[in-house]
Amino acid sequence: MWIKSPDQRLQDSLSQEITPKEVFEGRRTTLRKLASAGLILNATGSTLSAYAQSSSNVQGGGKLPPLPGAHSNVSGAVLMEKPTPYADASSYNNYYEFGTDKADPAKNAHTLKTSPWSVQIEGLVKKPMKITLEDLLKTHPMEERIYRMRCVEGWSMVIPWVGYSLSELINKVEPLGGAKFVEFVSLADPKTMPFVGSGILDWPYTEGLRMDEAMHPLTLLSFGMYSELLPNQNGAPVRLVVPWKYGFKSAKSIVKIRFLEKMPATAWNKAAANEYGFYSNVNPNVDHPRWSQAAERRIGEDGLFAKKRKTLIFNGYEAQVGQLYAGMDLQKNF
Amino acid sequence: MRAWFLNPHAKKLCLLLCAVPFFLLLIKTINDQLGANPAEALIRSTGDWSIRFLCLVLCVTPLRVMTKTPALQRFRRMIGVTVFVYVSLHLFCYAGFDMGFDWDDIVKDIFKRPFILVGFMGWVFLGLLALTSSNRAIKTMGAKRWQTLHKLVYAVALLAVIHFYWMKSAKHNFEEVIIYAIILGALLTWRVVRFLKTKMAPLVIS
Repeated sequence: MWIKSPDQRLQDSLSQEITPKEVFEGRRTTLRKLASAGLILNATGSTLSAYAQSSSNVQGGGKLPPLPGAHSNVSGAVLMEKPTPYADASSYNNYYEFGTDKADPAKNAHTLKTSPWSVQIEGLVKKPMKITLEDLLKTHPMEERIYRMRCVEGWSMVIPWVGYSLSELINKVEPLGGAKFVEFVSLADPKTMPFVGSGILDWPYTEGLRMDEAMHPLTLLSFGMYSELLPNQNGAPVRLVVPWKYGFKSAKSIVKIRFLEKMPATAWNKAAANEYGFYSNVNPNVDHPRWSQAAERRIGEDGLFAKKRKTLIFNGYEAQVGQLYAGMDLQKNF
Repeated sequence: MRAWFLNPHAKKLCLLLCAVPFFLLLIKTINDQLGANPAEALIRSTGDWSIRFLCLVLCVTPLRVMTKTPALQRFRRMIGVTVFVYVSLHLFCYAGFDMGFDWDDIVKDIFKRPFILVGFMGWVFLGLLALTSSNRAIKTMGAKRWQTLHKLVYAVALLAVIHFYWMKSAKHNFEEVIIYAIILGALLTWRVVRFLKTKMAPLVIS
């Protein structure tokens, strides 16, 4: 899929022209491309793809334990766009349990206790369980997924996440036939999260997906980013990443996953149903009541006077997820 | 203190103080100290400073009357024009950094979104006040009509609070809005009470 898209090739060659470091990264990318396209002989190919997979394109902060992820073969999993600098991705966050200003989570989230941690899985499943973080980490090999992240507020980033498809975990717990939706419940601990208890949202933060959305291979259960464990402000120790939906759909610091027959209420939908729908798929044609969603500002890249870039339908993942919504009125089901 | 207010340099100092936030933002912009999203930071902080200076200019008359310091009146015009300057910067940042100076889009956006329309109306009203802020304008218009026109500042205060409230509404994060609403509400209430007192006073005597 990388070689097909003319846009992405353009991005790729542009980023290679900027600095010697980019050239270096571009080389690795090229190797990856060649290796995965099978253009290199078998024996050489495996060595080269191993090299290409050996580390992320971008440096993490160097303060958290490493969590490398192997190259992912899921379609759309490795975006050929320049990742956002780690400093921006880890300092400009919406995590309202730690404050409403985007600088607040990085300042306040050090109080979050991520160990011990476990996730309760319940509802319409054959094997309900309370699974520890250690077991979750071992459930499936880690992959690196370089995704676009589009916030409903009109800005975007490119983040190299580390994790595995949520479907791997779902298959393990064997959902029953009646399970049509999955609900994700985030931690709400007033002792460590200063804004839990404030009237901004109805705590705990809850999010939900339709079963087919949850089972989509792009839907990621993430434990790390930039080849390191997740920083607290980014939703440590385990979060969801749904790249074709606005960022708030990707619940952080998950403590409970429930399998349901009925569509669950979600935090932002409860707060303002006219502004935030259950689906919240990235859609340049459906405006937020107070601003247009047609364009976005790429954090760390688009300068002050740069025109914002066009937002893509399904955040650019239409080829992968468009069929999930075939026949649905996306203006109504926003 | 009162002598100080009458000092010929006092106005220059006032101007300098009014310009401090502008220069701080300028320095931060040049040094790339506005965080991960400089455009948003500039739009928000120019908006914040607009409403702060609006509160300040509406403080002048109550302070003058309550402390019996007529000299304070000397600073009102300058602070008022400062409000207009910061709101203009706020509009410029929105038009430039958010809308990329795409005038068609900007006009559409203003009329499509009540939240932006309300802010824009506030700017237009303030523009009328700034245009008529010279002594000559007062003379040409006549003091009475000038005073009536400049009561528009109370409408601007109301529009500012509505604009800010709508901006924060979906996030249910009203702390800041409530603080500004209380300050502006108190300043307007003081004027209403004063107006009623002066109206009622002759009646009571007779």
